[in-house]
Amino acid sequence: MTTIGAPVSTGTEKAAGGWITADGRTIGEIMMEMRNITLRFGGVTAIEDISFDIRKGEIRAIIGPNGAGKSSMLNVISGFYVPQEGEILFHGAQRPPMRPYEVARQGIARTFQNIALFKGMSTLDNIMTGRMTLMRTGMASQALWWGKAQAEESAHREAVEKIIDFLEIQTIRKTPVGRLPYGLQKRVELGRALAAEPKLLLLDEPMAGMNVEEKEDMSRFILDVNDEFGTTIALIEHDMGVVMDLSDRVVVMDYGKKIGDGTPDEVRNNKEVIDAYLGVAHD
Amino acid sequence: MATENPPRGELCSIPALLERNARRHGASPAYREKEFGIWQEWTWIAAAEEIRAMALGFLALGLERGDYLAVIGRNRPMHYWAMVAAQMCGAIPVPLYQDANAEEMAFVLEHCGARFVVCGDQEQVDKVIEVQEHVHCIEQVMYTDKRGMRKYDHTHLNWLHDVQAEGRAAHQRLETELDARIAELGYDHICVMLYTSGTTGKPKGVVLSNRNIIETARHSSEFDHLTHTDDVLAYLPMAWVGDFIFSIGQAYWTGFCVNCPESPDTMMTDLREIGPTYYFAPPRIFETQLTSVMIRMEDAGKLKKRLFDHYMALARRVGPEILDGRPVSGMDRLRYMLGDILIYGPLKNTLGFSRVRVGYTAGEAIGPEIFDFYRSLGINLKQLYGQTEASVFITQQPDGEVRSDTVGVPSPGVEVKIGENGEVYYRSPGTFVEYYKNPESTAETKDPEGWVATGDAGFFEEGTGHLRIIDRAKDVGKMADGSLFAPKYIENKLKFYPDILEAVVFGAGREMCTAFINIDLSAVGNWAERNNIAYASYQELSQHPRVIETIQAHVEEVNRSVAEDAMLSGCQVHRFLVLHKELDADDGELTRTRKVRRKIIEQKYADLIVALYDGSKTIHTETEVTYEDGRKGRIAATLDIRDAAVSTPRHSRMAAE
Repeated sequence: MTTIGAPVSTGTEKAAGGWITADGRTIGEIMMEMRNITLRFGGVTAIEDISFDIRKGEIRAIIGPNGAGKSSMLNVISGFYVPQEGEILFHGAQRPPMRPYEVARQGIARTFQNIALFKGMSTLDNIMTGRMTLMRTGMASQALWWGKAQAEESAHREAVEKIIDFLEIQTIRKTPVGRLPYGLQKRVELGRALAAEPKLLLLDEPMAGMNVEEKEDMSRFILDVNDEFGTTIALIEHDMGVVMDLSDRVVVMDYGKKIGDGTPDEVRNNKEVIDAYLGVAHD
Repeated sequence: MATENPPRGELCSIPALLERNARRHGASPAYREKEFGIWQEWTWIAAAEEIRAMALGFLALGLERGDYLAVIGRNRPMHYWAMVAAQMCGAIPVPLYQDANAEEMAFVLEHCGARFVVCGDQEQVDKVIEVQEHVHCIEQVMYTDKRGMRKYDHTHLNWLHDVQAEGRAAHQRLETELDARIAELGYDHICVMLYTSGTTGKPKGVVLSNRNIIETARHSSEFDHLTHTDDVLAYLPMAWVGDFIFSIGQAYWTGFCVNCPESPDTMMTDLREIGPTYYFAPPRIFETQLTSVMIRMEDAGKLKKRLFDHYMALARRVGPEILDGRPVSGMDRLRYMLGDILIYGPLKNTLGFSRVRVGYTAGEAIGPEIFDFYRSLGINLKQLYGQTEASVFITQQPDGEVRSDTVGVPSPGVEVKIGENGEVYYRSPGTFVEYYKNPESTAETKDPEGWVATGDAGFFEEGTGHLRIIDRAKDVGKMADGSLFAPKYIENKLKFYPDILEAVVFGAGREMCTAFINIDLSAVGNWAERNNIAYASYQELSQHPRVIETIQAHVEEVNRSVAEDAMLSGCQVHRFLVLHKELDADDGELTRTRKVRRKIIEQKYADLIVALYDGSKTIHTETEVTYEDGRKGRIAATLDIRDAAVSTPRHSRMAAE
C-alpha cells in the first residue's frame, strides 16, 4: 500500500545554533535578546531583572497570571516603554532607546489586547494602513495619485489582497470594521500587522474574549503565518491550552519576575509555575 | 444553425467543442474567477492552452484510457479544466461533493476505483489521505491551493500548476499521444460519472455519455436561445448534474463564459458584480434572498418603505403580465416604468439580477409568493423538472407559459408518459447509460425500451399540457381510512413560510397526519431580535412558546388550504412539534442536496413519532449529532407537542348538508 502525501515528521534534531521542530520547521539563531530588563513605574516595579531570548522562526509565548508584567514586557519589546535597566539586542546589536515607529521600521509589528483599529474604515483600508512604513512616495503625490504613487498603490494593494486571501476575509473586504464581530476584528488586526511584512510579530492576547471556534481559527492562522511567511512570533496569552499547543518555548512571569523558561512540557512540570497558577500564597 | 455548424460527427466530445470554441470564439472570455479582489479572465484560446497543458501533465503522470479521475473542490476554473483534461486523456471525470465526509468520500472513491484525485485545498487532501486507510486504488493526488501543503510528502502529490508546467515541458514527447486520444473520442464514450446523492441507500454512479451531455446541451441551449455572449455564475456543487450541464455542457456548446466566485461566502457580492444573463438557483437561494430583502426593508425609513410597498403592489398586479407580453393598460405600463427607475431596477441590481435573461429554479417546489416576487420585478424566472439520470432536463417552462405550480412541458427531444400508478416516465437522448457496477438498479430504473422511471408521481394538466408533480411515488401512500397521503405536498406548503426551514409529515397507514417542523434560524432569529425575545441557542429559540404559537398559526393556515383540495383533505396536520435541532446532512437526515431522508428520520426520532400519536403534551428526548469535523455529541431536550385545529373539508360539508 502506498500512502500519499502524509505530512513529513523528522522529529526534534538540534541543528547549528538552532533546531528543527517535530513538525519540520527550522528554529534559527537568536533574533532578539533581553538582558536583565527592569522596568519601573514610579515606585512600582513592573518587570524585575528579566532575561530571555527570541529565536528566528519560533513561536515564543509569554504567560503568567494577571498583573505579572506580560503586557509591559511586550511594550518593552515594541519600544513603547523604555526600561530603566538592562539592554535589548536585536540581531546581535544593541538597540538604543527607540520610538515605536522606529521599532516598526526595524520589522517589528504588533496587535493590541484591546483592538485598536480605525472603526469607520473598511477592512481593506485598515490593512492598507499597515503598509505605511513601507510606502516611499510623498504625501502630495499620494494625495494626487500621480506619478510613482499609482504604481506603488497597486503594489501595496496586491500585497494587502494576498493577506485578505490568506486570512479568508474576502467577504468583509469593504465592510467598516466597526460593524464586524469581535473575532473578525481581531483577524483584521492580525492582517494589519502582517501587512507591514514583519520579521517579528508581537501578539497581545490574540484569543482574549473569543469562543472556542474563533480560538481554533486564530490558532490556525498563527501557525500558518509562522509556517508560510517564516515570521517569528512572540505572543501573550491567558488560555493555557492554546499556549501549550502553539508555542515552541514559553517564558513564565509572575509578579514581574521570570519563574520559568523552556518548552511547554518543561514549563508544565515546573513547580514554581504550578504554584503561580494554582495560587500558592506569596510571603 | 445547420449552416453554421460543421458536420455533427466532429463535435462529439467536450474536447472537440473546446477546440472549436478556441477557433470560433477565441478572443471572447471562457472563464473568469475572482482572485485577490480582481476578476481574472481566460479567453477560449487561453483556456484551451491551460487545459491542454494539464492533459499533457496527466499523461506524464500516467493517466490511462478508462481511468477515473475524481475532482473534489469548489467551483474553480482549474477544476473544470481538470475534468476536460481528463476527458482528453480518455479518462472519466468524477466530481465529488466537497462537503462529503471522509466516509462518504471513501465509498465513492472505492466504487469507481479512482487512480487520480484532484483536490481543491489542504482540507480535501487531508480527507483523501484519511480514506487511504481503506481505499487503496489512489495513486496520484493533485491540489489547486498551495496553502499549508508545503510540509506534505510530495512523492505522489502534486500542485496542479506544477502538473501543467510538466505537461508544457513534455509537450513534444506526449503531444502525438494526446492528439490520438482526443481523436478517439466519440458519442458513445463516457463523458462524466456523477454520483446521485441517494435519498435511499448508497450513492449510485450515473454514467453519462458524450451523446447524453452534448445532445442535452444542444437542445436546451436552443430552447432558451443561449449564445456565446451569455454569462453564468458557477456556484452550485460541481458534483451536481446541473452544474455539469450549465458550466460544461452548455458553456462548451454555445461558448458562453463561466464565472467562478472568489469564495463560497462572497457569492452574493460576486453575483452582483458579474450580473449573469443566465442563472440557476434552487428555491432555497431565491427564498434566502427574498428574506434578506424583506428584513432590510423592515429596517428602512418610512418613505422608502412606503415607496417599496406601493410599487411592489403595482408590480404584483401587472409585472408578470408585462413579462409575458400580455395586454396591460398604458397607464399601468407608465407606472411600471417609473417603478422600474425607482424600485425594481435598483433592487434587481442589488440582487445581481439586472442582466438576467433566463433564470431557472428546480429541485424543490418554489413558494408561489417567492416565484411571483421575482417575476413581478421583470426577472424571467422559470421552473424546470429534471434529474441526474436525464442529464437534467425532463420538462421546462417555455417563455410566456410560466406558473409556479407546474414544471412545464416536455423539453425538446424528451418523451414523457404517466404510468398506471401515476409515476412519471421519460425517454430522451439525455437518458443515462447505466449505473456504474450496478446492473440491478439500472434494470429497475430503465426498461429495455429506454423509459426511465423518475420515482415521482404527477399528472399532465388538461388544457395546457403542463406537468404537475405531486410527490415521490413511493412516498405517496394511503392513510388508514384509505384517503390519499402525499407528505411532500403538505411539507412544501409549510416550507413556503419563511419561518419554517424544513418540515416532515407522517401519516401513511395512520388515522391522522402529524409533523416535525424545523424553524429557520435567520428569519425567526431576526423576528426574535425585533420583538426583544432573548435566547441562548437554537434549541431554546425553537421551543419558545411564542415561536411555537406562530408555527401553530402557520400549520392551521395550511390545514385550511389543504381542506380545499378534495383529493388531499385527509392530509391535514393534527399534531406537530418543533424539532430542537436543524436536520442536517452530516447526521444523514438530509441528502447533500438537502432533501429529506424520511426513513432515517423515522428511525432516529421514533420516540418523537410515538409521542405525536399517543396524545402526550411533552416529550423528553436525546439526539446524537455529528459536528462538521466528524466528532459526535448528544443533545437533550424536552419538546412541546401541540394540537393544531383542522378544517372540515368543504366537499364533505356539502355532502353532510
